[in-house]
Amino acid sequence: MAIAAAALPAAAAEHETLAIGIIQFPATLNPNTDAMAAKSYVLGLALRPFTVYDADWKLACLLCTELPSIENGLAVPTDFPDGKKGVNLTYTIRPDARWGDGVPVTTKDVTFTYQVGKDPKSGIENAELYRRLIGIDVRDDKTFTMHFDKLTFDYAAINDFVLLPEHVERDAFADPAQYRLRTHYNNDPTNPGLYNGPYLLKEVVSGSHILLEPNPHWAGPPPRFRQITVRAIENTAALEANLLSGTIEMIAGELGLPLDEALAFEKRHGDAFHVVYKPGLAYEHVDLNLDRPGLADRRVREALIRGIDRVAITKSLFAGRQPVADTFMNPLDAGYTDAVPHYGYDPARAQALLDEAGFHKAAGGIRRSDSGQELSFELMTTAGNRSRELVEQVLQSQWRQIDVEVKLKNEPARVLFGETLRHRRFDMAMYAWISSPENVPRSILYSSEIPSEANALAGQNIAGFKNPEMDRLIDALEIELDKDKRKELWAKAQKLYATELPSLPLYFRSDAFILPKWLTGVRPTGNQYPTTLWVTDWAPRQ
Amino acid sequence: MIRFIATRLIEIAAVLAVMSFLIYVLIGLMPGDPIDLMRSADPHMTAADVARLKAVYGVDRPLLERYLAWAHATLSGDLGYSRLFGTPVVAALLPRLANSLALMGLSFLLAFVCALGLGIAAARRPNSSLDAAINLFCFASVSVPTFWLALILILVFAAELGWLPAGGMATAGAAEAGNRLRHLVLPVATLTIANLGGYTRYVRAAMRDALAQDHIRTARAKGAGEVRVVFHHALRTALVPVVTILALSFGGLVSGALVTETMFAYPGMGKLIFDAVMGNDYNLALAGLLLATATTMAANFAADLAYAWLDPRVSYR
Repeated sequence: MAIAAAALPAAAAEHETLAIGIIQFPATLNPNTDAMAAKSYVLGLALRPFTVYDADWKLACLLCTELPSIENGLAVPTDFPDGKKGVNLTYTIRPDARWGDGVPVTTKDVTFTYQVGKDPKSGIENAELYRRLIGIDVRDDKTFTMHFDKLTFDYAAINDFVLLPEHVERDAFADPAQYRLRTHYNNDPTNPGLYNGPYLLKEVVSGSHILLEPNPHWAGPPPRFRQITVRAIENTAALEANLLSGTIEMIAGELGLPLDEALAFEKRHGDAFHVVYKPGLAYEHVDLNLDRPGLADRRVREALIRGIDRVAITKSLFAGRQPVADTFMNPLDAGYTDAVPHYGYDPARAQALLDEAGFHKAAGGIRRSDSGQELSFELMTTAGNRSRELVEQVLQSQWRQIDVEVKLKNEPARVLFGETLRHRRFDMAMYAWISSPENVPRSILYSSEIPSEANALAGQNIAGFKNPEMDRLIDALEIELDKDKRKELWAKAQKLYATELPSLPLYFRSDAFILPKWLTGVRPTGNQYPTTLWVTDWAPRQ
Repeated sequence: MIRFIATRLIEIAAVLAVMSFLIYVLIGLMPGDPIDLMRSADPHMTAADVARLKAVYGVDRPLLERYLAWAHATLSGDLGYSRLFGTPVVAALLPRLANSLALMGLSFLLAFVCALGLGIAAARRPNSSLDAAINLFCFASVSVPTFWLALILILVFAAELGWLPAGGMATAGAAEAGNRLRHLVLPVATLTIANLGGYTRYVRAAMRDALAQDHIRTARAKGAGEVRVVFHHALRTALVPVVTILALSFGGLVSGALVTETMFAYPGMGKLIFDAVMGNDYNLALAGLLLATATTMAANFAADLAYAWLDPRVSYR
């Protein structure tokens, strides 16, 4: 394939290279170990997963020729003796797909990847995929059938099944226990045989930058840049300064400036750059510990949400760029419904609800029940996150106006997520869930997912939400193949969530992409799949 | 002298052994091990997955047992693998060490040479306007936060004037010495300015004490020239306390400068050690921190030996 830069028209020729700034350097480049946003961003330029969700949040085939479906016969439901339903999915690798050293991508790579993923010693983290995947049959060099033990509505999504090149990685897997240490992705990251995307890694300077150049064996749409440099600059002030100095030309939204800094940057330098805001799947909320007295009462939870002015918060702190959330589901999601209870700012109603719940105004300005229980809680978030700390102060002040005392107690992220939340040692915790389109909220809302010593602290239902109807809806959602019926189930789940309020929804976080005005084709996805997967659409403006 | 050297070497070995244990235990006591961190990011991870991964990563054994295994391997010359980078510790460490030595060594040298000049000039004319100006600069240098200084230098010399690169180690794909040197200018300038004030104050104070001593008056009475008095007689005496301070700073050559490295996206030891500690990468964190400790102790040992050379009254038995 011809390297496109040579053929660029004169207007575009001055932009043959592109330097991107991100705030994190990928510690590892192996696609199947250590989930990390920086790694996904860089690998988006160099590796093609079989399937991903695109910018329209539709499942797309990148390395395969066609998505399996029951209608096209490539997905075949199966019955197990215990009455459960599984599914067999047949995929065909694109006939022209090759690794960067010219070796064709084949089913040898598929079976090798499966072998690595299934080996308990290999350290592959995505156990869920390999738990559900019970076997692979190879039909020929390009076609294979995967056998899954459960038929879910998103059965065709094998997004986390990212191929490893058998011809390069086989020797690193000689001792499976040593694989994560011997993988060539870490020890020889510029080996072209490791990548099958539009770009190859040419230079990796750990902690500094990664230089990529077009893959001569890429058969898809030609990449437009002769070189792309991804530079890691962890301090956001320095990131801005690097952009202004021209050391980098754009800041990635996925790993760039926080929204408040991006808004300030746009005010100062908006005329020189194109700033794109994309609300996405990161759902900011306040989890409530439902085992705490007071918070166990639904009326108190409703009073808390009516006592805060979320519209004003997002307008004043985020220039309205972060849409207020009613539930965990983003309005861009296929399962979204607007037919849920909406809670506007209504301190009078909040006070009435608290009275109704038996918490009356008392001396000292903090509401108290007849048994002496005070409405006084600790609100935690990740220390050092300026946006959250600002929001936290507003919430504290607004809840004070309905006579609810909130003390702020922030902790570093690793302490908050590593210890405090999973042991459920909190009253209220503000943070974000990051999910995928139509992500069934089993881990955060199913009753058996409450972390406890009994389940070795597994699960993320840290609010402690136990609702048989929600459990039933989640079970039904996962296996409902009919889109309309599933939409009804989603609507019921959202309505139940907005009614019961196990968490207080705040807003959906927005990513800010700061792009040079000459660059076109960067289309933020708003989901967990980076824009770099569609780098071949990026081009200088004609 | 030999006995002194042997005693100090044994002391250094003992301190390193104790330090290695303390660092290992302290990292181990930090909340959340690597697998806990993975679990907080992956909703599908089950208790069985956690147990399997803890075994794979070797964090399922008691801390003391892990430490002893690490100590045994290290004494056999095997520093192990970095969990974060998935490479041998030496492979992760050496490039960063070379970067830090270049950055810190250059700035250390520049700061020391400039401090000698400024400190001597100020000490020779105490309470003069020159002394006042140098003092003002010293206080500014000590007071200005490094991150702010770095940001100002980037904004002025990279963003506004466009004379120098704003950060990084080199232009991607260009590894020639000139390119690397250009990328070093601003971080070296930041660290030099940040350290210069303190060093100058030490030199000034030591020189003032030295210039007030009897043997200086005697040298002057004997008709020695001012240059000989200052550089031969006074400076040699003044260097004894200055060397102590410099020796203590020497560990910084290998432990890096976290803030400066972060601001200039310069991959050095400071950032590496920080990431290793935060990521529970025991092998890498221990190697980095022990290297810094060993360097500091070796520099102090060298300073002790230098005292005897600088001051004939000092002897070791």
